[in-house]
Order: sequence, then C-alpha cells, then structure tokens
Amino acid sequence: MSRVVTTKTQNPRVAYGEALLELAAHNPNVVALDADLCKSTMSTLVQEKYPERFFEMGIAEQNMAATAAGLALSGKLPFIHSFAVFVSGRAYDQIRQAICTARLNVKIVGSSAGLSDFGDGATHQSIEDMALMRTLPQMTVLSPCDAYEVKKAVWAMAEREGPVYLRLSRNDVPWVTEADTPFEIGRIQQFRPGKDLVIFATGTMVATALEAARQLAACGISAKIVNVATLKPLDEAGIQRESQGMHGVVTVEEHTVIGGLGSAVLEALSGSRVPVQRIGIRDGFGTSGMSHAELLEHYGLTATAVVGAASELMEGRTAP
Amino acid sequence: MRTTESLPELQRKACRLRQHIIRMVGVGKAGHIGGSCSCADLVAALYFRVMQVDPAQPDKPGRDRFILSKGHAALALYAALAERGFFPVAELDRLKQLGAMLQGHPDRLRTPGVEANTGSLGQGLSIANGMALAARLDGSDGRMYVILGDGEINEGQVWEAAMFAAFHRLDHVIAILDRNGLQAMGPTKTRLDTEPLSEKWRAFGWFVIEINGHDFGQILNAFNQAKAHRGSPTLILAHTVKGKGISFAENNGAFHNGIMNQEQFNLANRELEAALDGLQDQP
Amino acid sequence: MTEAQPNRVTYGSTLVELGHRNPRIVVLDADVPKSTNTCQFQQAFPDRFFNCGVAEQNMICVAAGLAASGKIAFASTFAVFASMRACEQIRTSVAYPRLNVKIVATNAGLDNAGDGVTHQGIEDLAIMRSIPNLTVLSPSDPVTTRKAVLAVAQQDGPIYMRLGRNLSPLLHNENVDFQIGRMIRLREGTDLTIIATGNMAHAAVTAAKALSEQGIQARVLDCHTIKPIDREAILAAANETMGIVTAEDHSIIGGLGSAVCEALSECCPALVRRVGLKDCFASSGRDYRKLLAYFQMDATAIQAEAEALMQSRRAVKVPSMLTECPAI
Repeated sequence: MSRVVTTKTQNPRVAYGEALLELAAHNPNVVALDADLCKSTMSTLVQEKYPERFFEMGIAEQNMAATAAGLALSGKLPFIHSFAVFVSGRAYDQIRQAICTARLNVKIVGSSAGLSDFGDGATHQSIEDMALMRTLPQMTVLSPCDAYEVKKAVWAMAEREGPVYLRLSRNDVPWVTEADTPFEIGRIQQFRPGKDLVIFATGTMVATALEAARQLAACGISAKIVNVATLKPLDEAGIQRESQGMHGVVTVEEHTVIGGLGSAVLEALSGSRVPVQRIGIRDGFGTSGMSHAELLEHYGLTATAVVGAASELMEGRTAP
Repeated sequence: MRTTESLPELQRKACRLRQHIIRMVGVGKAGHIGGSCSCADLVAALYFRVMQVDPAQPDKPGRDRFILSKGHAALALYAALAERGFFPVAELDRLKQLGAMLQGHPDRLRTPGVEANTGSLGQGLSIANGMALAARLDGSDGRMYVILGDGEINEGQVWEAAMFAAFHRLDHVIAILDRNGLQAMGPTKTRLDTEPLSEKWRAFGWFVIEINGHDFGQILNAFNQAKAHRGSPTLILAHTVKGKGISFAENNGAFHNGIMNQEQFNLANRELEAALDGLQDQP
Repeated sequence: MTEAQPNRVTYGSTLVELGHRNPRIVVLDADVPKSTNTCQFQQAFPDRFFNCGVAEQNMICVAAGLAASGKIAFASTFAVFASMRACEQIRTSVAYPRLNVKIVATNAGLDNAGDGVTHQGIEDLAIMRSIPNLTVLSPSDPVTTRKAVLAVAQQDGPIYMRLGRNLSPLLHNENVDFQIGRMIRLREGTDLTIIATGNMAHAAVTAAKALSEQGIQARVLDCHTIKPIDREAILAAANETMGIVTAEDHSIIGGLGSAVCEALSECCPALVRRVGLKDCFASSGRDYRKLLAYFQMDATAIQAEAEALMQSRRAVKVPSMLTECPAI
C-alpha cells in the first residue's frame, strides 16, 4: 500500500513538545534543558507543567550539553534543546567528549533544522547537522517525516539507551503516516512500492518524494519511496535490499549533499555499482528568504528536482 | 569622516533609525524590534558622531570598525548604514528577500559596511580582538566598537574574549553592553542572571563606564572617555529599554522577535513621527 | 632538503619561511605551540604570534578578525579541538564570510596514541568537509606538507589542514608537482586503486608492494586534498581499475571514503571498500603502529580489503542496466 501526502499539516515542534510532556508525565526521570529558546523548541510545555524538572541554561549551549551529561550520570534522562545549528555546532565538542565517549543517555533535540528558519539566514540554517552527528560514534540520528513520527521518535529515543539526536523542522509539515504506522529506530520503511528506481528520503523531504513518485507514475516511471527516519544506525541491509534490481537510486534531504543521507546511502551501497543521485543543498550556505517554500525551490529541494534526477537515471544520463 | 551631529540631530537620527526598523519589520512578520530599538541610540551615536568611517571607502585602512555581536539587532545596523550612505535606503525594503543585500543577520560579503558575520551569539568580541591586534601591528589608530547583548554574555566565548582583550591590553576595543534586561525567553534575571555586571567586567580587567543608554550626553561622554583611556579595553555598560521608542514594545519580551498587527504598526509610526516633530525645532 | 620528520615539525619550519617572505602572516595557537610547532614562528616573530590560551573558540574568531584586517592568519591546535570545540566558529565566522584563515590542526587521528580518545580527532575530515567554502587538506609526508603550507598561504580563503603527530617517512621527492585538488600517483597499477590520505599513504604503498607479490597490481594515489577532491582521478580509477580501497586515519563515516563514494555516485559507481576506524572510539596506546593494527587500519588491513575487493569483483555480475561511464 502506498502512503500519500495529505493536506493536513502539523507543526513538528508542537508535536514534539506534546510528546515530551507526555513522556515527562510517564517518567519522573525525564528532565528538560533549553538554551533560551524554550518557546520555540516547545520544551516550554515541560517548563510550565514540571518547573522543577526544567532547567533554563541561558544562551550557553556547551554548558547545557555538559550539564546534561552530569544529569545523565546521576540517573536522569535529560533532553537538551536549541536550534539545530547551535546544538549541533556550538556544543559539538561537549556532545562528543562528555556524552558520546561515555555513551551517556542524553537526548539532543535540534529544532528549526534545515532551511526552515527562512528569515534569519545562514547563521540560523543548519545544513550540516546530520553530517556532524552521524560522524560521532555511539550517536543515534533521527529525522522523522511528520508529526506522528515525531511523537513515536520521542518515545523510542527515550527507550533507547545512549545518546540520540533528533532533527525537527520549524514549520508545519503534511501528514504522511498514520497513528498506527509502525516506527522502529534503525529500520527503513517502504512508503510506496516501485520497480524502476528507489528514492530514499528523510524528514521534510519524504512528502516531497511521495509527490515526485506521483508525478513520475504519470510519466510511466515506477518509483519506490523509502522513508529513512534513522540515519544512524543506518539500516544498511535494508538499503541494499531496496536498491537491488533498481535502475538507480535517488536520495533527498533538506541538508547538504556532503555527509548526510546521500553519503550514508552511498556508504551502504559501496559494495555495489548502482548509480546514486543526491538531492540536497549543493555545498553552500543558506540564505534569507520570504518563505520556507521559496528557499526549498531556490535550493532545488522540490518534487520537480527529484523527478528530474529520477528521469536522468532512467535515461542513463550523467548528473549535471 | 566623522560626522558632527549635535545632540538634537543625533536624537532625530535615532528616531529615523527606529522608523526604518519598524518599516523593515512591517505588519504580520516577525522581527527583532526590541533589541534593535534598545541599541538604536548607541548605534546612532557611533555612526553619526563617534566613528571615523567613509561610506565611499568602506574598506579604508585605519578606519574605526563596528561589530554588532548581538547580530539579531541587524535592523538597527542596516538602518544606520543606509542613512550613512553605505547603500541606498531603498535596500531596506528588500530585507530578507531571496538574493537581497540585507540578510536576516549581518553578512559582510553581501552588505557594504558590515564588518563581520554575526548572528550566532558570543563571537563578535573575539573578532574585534583580532581586528585590534591587526590594527596594533599596522600602527593604526582605529577603534573597534562592539555591541553585545546582556543575554549574549551567557555564552562562554564572551568571557574567553574578555580575558584575552584585557590580557593583551587592547585599549582600542570598546565594547558596549546593551543591558535591556530581557532576552529571548524572558528577563535575563530569570533565565541566567549575569549580575553583577560592572564588577564582573572590572574583575576581568576592563575599564567600566556605566550610563543611561538613551541619554546622548552620557553616551558621547562615555565614548570620549573610552577613546582617551589607555592600558585596558573599555566596557560601556549601557542601561537601556528593550523596544525603546515604541510604547507597546518597551520592556515587552514579546517583541524580542515579535509581530506587529496593522494597528500596532500604525501606532509605532505615529509615535515616531510625533517624536521627530517634537525634535524639529531644536538646533 | 626536506628531512623525514613529523609533518608538524615541517609545518613549523615552513611557517618561519613564510613569515620571512610575507609580513602579513600571523600565527595563533591555543596554548600548544610546542606540540603544533608554531613555537618556531613564535621565536622568530614574537610580535606576530598570539598564544590565545586554552580558548579555541576565541582563537578562531580572533583569527577571523585578523584576516578581516588583511592578515593571513594561521591558527593551530590539536585536530580534535580545532574541529569540534571551535566547529561553529569555523563555520560561521571563518567559512561563511570566506576569510583568509588557515586552520592547521596537528596530532590528528590515532597518531595521538597515548592521550586516548578525548585527544584523538577521528571525525575532523567529516566535519570540515561538510562546511561550505572550506578547503580541506591532509598531506602525507614532509615534502608535501611543506608544499601544502606554502600553497595555502598563496590561496585566498579558508583552509583546514590536518597533520599527524609522529615521524612521517618521505614519500615524495622534492620536485613533486603539488597542486591543491590534484592527487599524486605514487604507484602505477590497473587491478585496483588504493586512495589514501595523510599517514595512510605510506601504509598504502607498503600494502601495494605486498599485493604485487601476489600478482595484484594496485595503483596508489596520495589524496592530500579531501576537498575539493580530485574527481577526475577517482573516475579514472573507477574506469581503469576494478575497484577502489580508501584508507584514512579517520572514521569510515564522512571522510575520504565517503568523499570517494560521493564523487563516483552519479555516473560511475564502483566497488569501494573503506579502511578506517569503524565508527567507534579508539583507545590509548603506547605505539601508534600497534594501535593501527589493532583497529585494522594498517598496511595489512589495506591489503586484506584489496584482496576482498578482487574476490568480490570476480564474483559480482555487473547488472546489465548499467551503462558505460561517459567521458567527463
């Protein structure tokens, strides 16, 4: 059965906040830390209901990460929050040294990821966070595709021992899954069958990929769509299985083409010779724009671009 | 060239900057009104009285340099640069548009007059230190002016930079702390209280001058003192009001990155017009 | 005449050479000048040297400020701290405004054996590669290190260069043609290609010799520029040999191996096997070579991967839908 992109949307940050609150109600060890962005990241919901379990760390991401390490070493389950660009970049050393090397149970939430903070420009647009986090041993990297998946990811990451990074977009995303769609860390999911080529997509780009598949079908190209909600640990066997017999592979991510989903899929397929086209930001910084959609268009992160890449693969042409 | 505006002229200029700030944000879109307005008087003093800069030669060696370390207050900087002639005022209408010169946070590659890319808090003072070292090597007398936010100083790097500046006796670094008491999520006192401020900076080896950040007499006097001071960097601790000049935004955390409705937009414009009118008759 | 010595020592002496030639050169260090060897510059030009203390983020931004004032700023510390502690500063204050800052990070990889995990930078290439506008270098021996340092001083814009800790044997002769973005062929071969970077170049040559005794002729390429990577050399390797083994003193995630896969991906997919740290933290060790052997990152490991590649190449039937790789 194929997933479809619905017209209903929800804000993934709100979904996240609600899930965190439910988790906090269920588990008294859950604590939340934020770097002066709680109303944006939505950790404010925990602050309001359980103020004794919320820690405002101020604009000091490194201190936040290392403090969370201390909390984890004392049996707590800390969730730390900031914009993806700051929590992944500014606190990177602390995440690696204090958290990952000791495999501590800290959950890192990168909000307003990708180009979704469209107005603020490059300093606030994280286009490398998945590459950074994927490089770290012991780290789990999650990139859910819609609000349902966000909630399931929150519960799953709380169950999973060790550091986890969760990437969230800033703006509303369409529903793609349903309340009872299974979610398992480390497993890809086929969202649409196909026999010509496979498109691996993550996060906000899953809806885009599904739309591309619809357009390709109208041109007689049958594209399989696979949701990669876990970039690490990557379901390498699944990637290889889904790629077998395909004319080619397309990857789609709201992220640089260096080091993220595209590179992960290439690494998994390095023992084969199937051509892969990576759709993502072509190694450049973001920029200010008037809307998220405008920026996605500008950087070629659209269904049209995916269709183009897929068509080229089918025709056996090279990438531009 | 340094301009020589009188105090009333500076007040008018600051009003004008605020008018630009409001127009750049417009109706229905978020903008950092609060933090831009709180430092508008300081920025006006710098660009229209204190700093030696030449819009025709934005890279002129030996110039004074300004870094807006609290980069989200870019609106104030853009307004001043436009008024000063670094680029046409019309560019202000294109703020944040795709391909525009004016980005959401300052970008030195795209905007004439911008000295450093800021927006990620806590980095500007370090950059100013580097510029000051270069100036010393080159025998240049240019000053490095940096405006920091009081929430921004939560960042550890700021204190690395503070130690460094004092250790290297960078007396051409003049930092201004825009102490408006509010950061993104609320009062600085309740998020991460960084008081006592003047004692901290003195303990780090800085010369500290405390002023009302909206009193041009005090502002100019502080800059004069700072420029004359030798042997250590100067921190001007400026007590300001977030959203100053816009009644509904003053001391209102909602306007850190707030949205105006049409009524508020109109009110802000009227208030600023009235303020300008009130200053017209002064020499 | 360049001697066999740690690349970081060559770095230090080349900085002095540069300092004499160009008054715009300034050097910063985060309190490890004796390790990075910027102490040589410090001695020669004390007024152009700035020890920033154990404060890497401030150091990188001070370097940015110097570069924004017309200087050519070299900033050094250990790879693990340069790439991580100051990650966001490199991204936002150096790379984004394209400033003329050269971050030369030493003691990279497991080469920093004794200090253990917190001091072993095994992710720096992946991190730096993902940042736009940044050139990323990883020279293998003293000859190419000297040429690389001279080249980066000439090239406008931000650079990250990683160097190891211990003695690097000479691999190249003095007259080798060094160009940023161009691999250097160390050995001819048409069975498979070994693309190695930094310390692994020497191991690659050793492995190639052993393979040759088994009748496998491996082409060996010294990839000193990770970004922009020499796509032409990689495509030629894919076209002219049966597969590629990559070797790096770095994680197999995100570094040289991934860069090679990316270069091949769209038009010339080939069999690639990656030698490197297998997505784990390493450990302290008394001896770098033993550490490499333990984590399967030495010449023996490269040889084993090459043999495995040859085996799998014979076994794999190339699917019929794959087209010939068009000329680039």
